[in-house]
Amino acid sequence: MSETPSMKAASAPAPPAPAPIRAVPIRHYGRWVGAAVSIGVLVLIIRMFVITPNINWERVGHYLTFSDILSGLQLTIILTIAAMAVGLGLGTVVAVMRLSVNPVLRTLSWVYIWFFRGTPLLMQILFCFNIAIILPEIGIGIPFTDWGGSVNTNVIVTPFVAALIALSLNEAAYMSEIVRAGILVVDPGQTEAAVALGMSRSLVFRMIVMPQAMRAIVPPTGNELIGLLKNTSLVSVIAAQELLTRAQNIYAQNLLVIELLFVAAFWYLLVTSLLMWGQYYVERYYAKGSSSRPLPPTPTQKLRWWLRRKLSAASASHSSTGLSPANGHQATTEEGVL
Amino acid sequence: MTLAVEAQQVCKRFGRNEVLKGINLQVSRGSVVVILGPSGSGKSTFLRCINHLETIDAGRLYVEGELIGYTDKGGVLHEMRDNDCCRQRADIGMVFQQFNLFPHMTTIANVIAAPTKVKGESKVSATKRGLELLARVGLADKADHYPRQLSGGQQQRVAIARALAMQPKLMLFDEPTSALDPELVKEVLDVMQDLARGGMTMICVTHEMGFAREVADTVVFIDGGYVVEAGSPREVLLNPQQQRTKDFLSKVL
Repeated sequence: MSETPSMKAASAPAPPAPAPIRAVPIRHYGRWVGAAVSIGVLVLIIRMFVITPNINWERVGHYLTFSDILSGLQLTIILTIAAMAVGLGLGTVVAVMRLSVNPVLRTLSWVYIWFFRGTPLLMQILFCFNIAIILPEIGIGIPFTDWGGSVNTNVIVTPFVAALIALSLNEAAYMSEIVRAGILVVDPGQTEAAVALGMSRSLVFRMIVMPQAMRAIVPPTGNELIGLLKNTSLVSVIAAQELLTRAQNIYAQNLLVIELLFVAAFWYLLVTSLLMWGQYYVERYYAKGSSSRPLPPTPTQKLRWWLRRKLSAASASHSSTGLSPANGHQATTEEGVL
Repeated sequence: MTLAVEAQQVCKRFGRNEVLKGINLQVSRGSVVVILGPSGSGKSTFLRCINHLETIDAGRLYVEGELIGYTDKGGVLHEMRDNDCCRQRADIGMVFQQFNLFPHMTTIANVIAAPTKVKGESKVSATKRGLELLARVGLADKADHYPRQLSGGQQQRVAIARALAMQPKLMLFDEPTSALDPELVKEVLDVMQDLARGGMTMICVTHEMGFAREVADTVVFIDGGYVVEAGSPREVLLNPQQQRTKDFLSKVL
């Protein structure tokens, strides 16, 4: 048998490392052209808005922090947060009902989802606002007895309450399907292992299933939350004084239509940006243990490390000794932050 | 002396598919039983019946003299409430083929979850015992790692520590090494062997013939929903009496 070259190589002492490849990169001229054209179009669009005499940018700046606008924004945010809180809680209950072994609960939850996803949100808002027609009085009491009391429905169901109820019930229907999807994603082996340890069904749900389901629940919930923020503008039909209604009221008087719509758009975009930023951190929280590698650093962590590197580099250049502890120090702090 | 496990004519069907057709088995305290059998023979199902992950359809199953899954009131069986099932399962440890560690918790959190939440043990004392158990399975330095940062063999050893943390009277192993790379099998078997030497009552479904030969007190061969043959490893593995046992062993040995 003849000795092959590879066998020779294996028995020989370690050969010198091969030279790294230095190839001429392909020139992507198409990419350059595409980027240039898109930037050109963008500049033209922005220029159109800026130079047009029909938009009074000074007035936009003026109304941005107008007190009516800010109180409208406040109501929009309160409606969004409250409706999402109820939607998440009620949605989880409906999701658990749909996964229940009890056929009555399963059917009821199905009907609930069918109704609230099957009719327009606008209609549900109008329905809640006009509930007094079928329920003139709302009260508590023990059925078939005289005990109890009641008040006029119109006193309780203000535009705000009607808006909150309609948005919450509608949101709960959508959230229940998102929560159900999250629960179904969790490996049944997890429940089995937890039950085998003697955990009760409710403990397994709270401690094992839900934290893992959250990973699948958070991204679509972020979608829902942003959608909900903008759906609050629908309550203008029942004269709840949220952001868009306030803007409309103002431009109905001074005819600065585009200016006030820009003001509203600015606030919607700002709140959406804050929500997206929050979602990033919530997703990170539920991602723990999901990968064999540590999580990538957040943008603020990256910025902090970059600043620290710059600072330590600066202090190193000031110090007379060539041996700076900066590198070792930096490595330990990076681990600490992670 | 009370038997650790006693199965009398245990039957289990899934729909029309009869998986167990009358399993009889007696396991005395401190003994190690290895259950062998071809896939689909019902051996895993039987193991899952012992801690009531599956409900049996006929027969009786006792652990430490207590009927599993039912309460006998004057000859009439009542289904057991969730609380009582939990109490019974808390005394029976189980190790799964796919480990089933909780991926969102660190190793030590996996180990102390049940003792603190089910038994109400204080976090301090559970953590102290948990670290001892992790040291016993050779993973003292991995307490703060997440399961996905560990190898399969390490995960399975954590799963064993997690089950032991409940101080069970009985340990069930459902093919604990079948999902492992070959070079990782031994580290898990060593832990199990150590456990057996310590006097733990163990019922293991496994294909590891070496483990069956060296560690088991009793080897049980299950096929078609029945116990075909049971006895010491020497009797069953070296001198099987039944043709089905001989056929099976000729394929796996």
